[in-house]
Amino acid sequence: MSGAAPLLSVRDLRVAFHTRRGRLVALDGVSFDIAPGEILGVVGESGAGKSLTGTAVIGLLDPPGRIDGGEIWLEGRRIDTLSPAEMRRVRGRQIGAIFQDPLTSLHPLLTVGAQLEETIRTHLPLGRAEAKARAVALLREVGIPAPETRVSQYPHQFSGGMRQRVVIALALAAEPKLIIADEPTTALDVSIQAQITALLRRLCRTHGTGVMLVTHDMGVIAETADRVAVMYAGRLVELGAVDQVVRAPRHPYTAGLMASIPRMGKREDVLAQIEGSMPRLGAIPPGCAFSPRCPSASARCMVEVPVLPAGGAGAACWHPVAEPAHV
Amino acid sequence: MSEPIALTVRDAVCLFDVSPPFLDRVLSGARRRVLRAVDGVSFTVRRGRTLGVVGESGCGKSTLARMIVGLQPPTAGTLRLEDMPLADGSLARPRVQMIFQDPYASLNPRWRVGDIVAEPIRELKLVQGEAAVQARVAQLLETVGLAAADAARFPHAFSGGQRQRISIARALATEADVLVCDEPTSALDVSVQAQILNLMRRLQAELGLTYILISHNLSVVRHMADDIAIMYLGRFVETGPAEEVFANPRHPYTRLLLETIPDVQHPNRDRQPLSGEVPSPIDPPPGCPFHPRCPQAEARCRETRPALEMRDGRQVACFVVR
Repeated sequence: MSGAAPLLSVRDLRVAFHTRRGRLVALDGVSFDIAPGEILGVVGESGAGKSLTGTAVIGLLDPPGRIDGGEIWLEGRRIDTLSPAEMRRVRGRQIGAIFQDPLTSLHPLLTVGAQLEETIRTHLPLGRAEAKARAVALLREVGIPAPETRVSQYPHQFSGGMRQRVVIALALAAEPKLIIADEPTTALDVSIQAQITALLRRLCRTHGTGVMLVTHDMGVIAETADRVAVMYAGRLVELGAVDQVVRAPRHPYTAGLMASIPRMGKREDVLAQIEGSMPRLGAIPPGCAFSPRCPSASARCMVEVPVLPAGGAGAACWHPVAEPAHV
Repeated sequence: MSEPIALTVRDAVCLFDVSPPFLDRVLSGARRRVLRAVDGVSFTVRRGRTLGVVGESGCGKSTLARMIVGLQPPTAGTLRLEDMPLADGSLARPRVQMIFQDPYASLNPRWRVGDIVAEPIRELKLVQGEAAVQARVAQLLETVGLAAADAARFPHAFSGGQRQRISIARALATEADVLVCDEPTSALDVSVQAQILNLMRRLQAELGLTYILISHNLSVVRHMADDIAIMYLGRFVETGPAEEVFANPRHPYTRLLLETIPDVQHPNRDRQPLSGEVPSPIDPPPGCPFHPRCPQAEARCRETRPALEMRDGRQVACFVVR
């Protein structure tokens, strides 16, 4: 994927909340690219800044949060400096969004057809009848049975999995180049989860859409993403191909996270656990944010902030886990 | 397997009346509607063991949990906690407690942690005198990995994982023998989940606790459970020792469930997602409730409901795979 020009390029992104009690840096020096047709998984625990990264990219940061530094480029155009009006045209047209809860992202008083047609006609030069036909085609594409009748139904008439399909259809309505999917499967049952991740993968392949998949679930990432970005306390700690990060993580945090997931294959007596918890925003330690919990931390880790190696793949760590010989 | 039985459930049924209001029924001729949340479930749990109950949302697993702790009276059937021999040789009814899913909603925000944990001790008069109560609270907090000084703080000062530790301390305060855990870790991050699961395993080994673990997360159940029951639309479709069910799932639903869960060890594998969705428990399909989604369904599956049948220590409710 590195050969193609990136679709989305985030450089040194810094987001802070300006509060009465001072400035809280929530994202610090986050850099990554997404190529066309690629799914980048952004994973981390609550408060790691993964949703905030998505929110910053689509320009929906709420005050007191704001971008304090860095650049966001979409198809060679800088979008973090656009005016709110210009950004509204980018959203929906070029960037689609899928949120966690499919019930609250749909308008309960409008039929799904009306919501789809509104989005289609806002962004594409289509007439009423063409928009309606496209709405039906979109519902069919996301795998909703009998789309001709379903298009005139209301969100409450759909089940959770079907609603999330409608939300995906809405995100796809204007054929965006990039989709930000924030925990798209978290509210769904496992068997429905698998249907939705399979759908996302298929759509992203056939349309060449780049997807930023934000989730806390390593399993969903392993099944869906091409590359993974692991976040901790507002920083990117590891970036790489999904197989490599999942099987041979280099950052001690990623390694600890992977070891703490119960295995399906074998049953251990005691799960590996990372002692302590992630620092609060106001109390991120100097140096590496993970150093107080890290088994291999040295004096250097308490002082100097480690960065990702040049080229963007690898671990932001002074003492990465050794690469196994057979990989 | 020689441990005595702690809990016996016989044909437990729980129905909810979800009919429209009386006047609507009269005016529009609508019929009564009944949601069969739990529809005839029988099992036993032996002392010191963990039964994992797995199912998707709406399958009735939380209603089953609420019936076991007595928060929900069963419509029919019996749930019995068997008398257990104590250290001094006498028999006593075991105490049952529940650990809830959301540690942000299950602790009273206006109470200090010490009072939350002390309430069952005071209510059941387990120890005499305030000094003894405080000593017991301090001991319980240390058992679950918190500090005795945390008793003076309020729940808001704790993270999700620490709150779940407080819930566990409160449950242990009653000297409970049976803990019903309804999704105890699904509100927590994975690294915190590992801490709580390890704590639960340690407490089981130290105190001889019996767990009924309700979860939709198969890998958590795989890690914790000795025995497992797969639930679908209010009924068990497969039960047996966890090792065997995971190694060799028989019921098509169990197999598809195991097939669909993401496996971090095998990224980007091709798999067949389970098609269709769980039918409504108000209007379940005739015959086997799984037949509309089942790749192996035959004509008789659409007409007759298969009963759970015992074979090689496992119970499976399916015509095709037995």
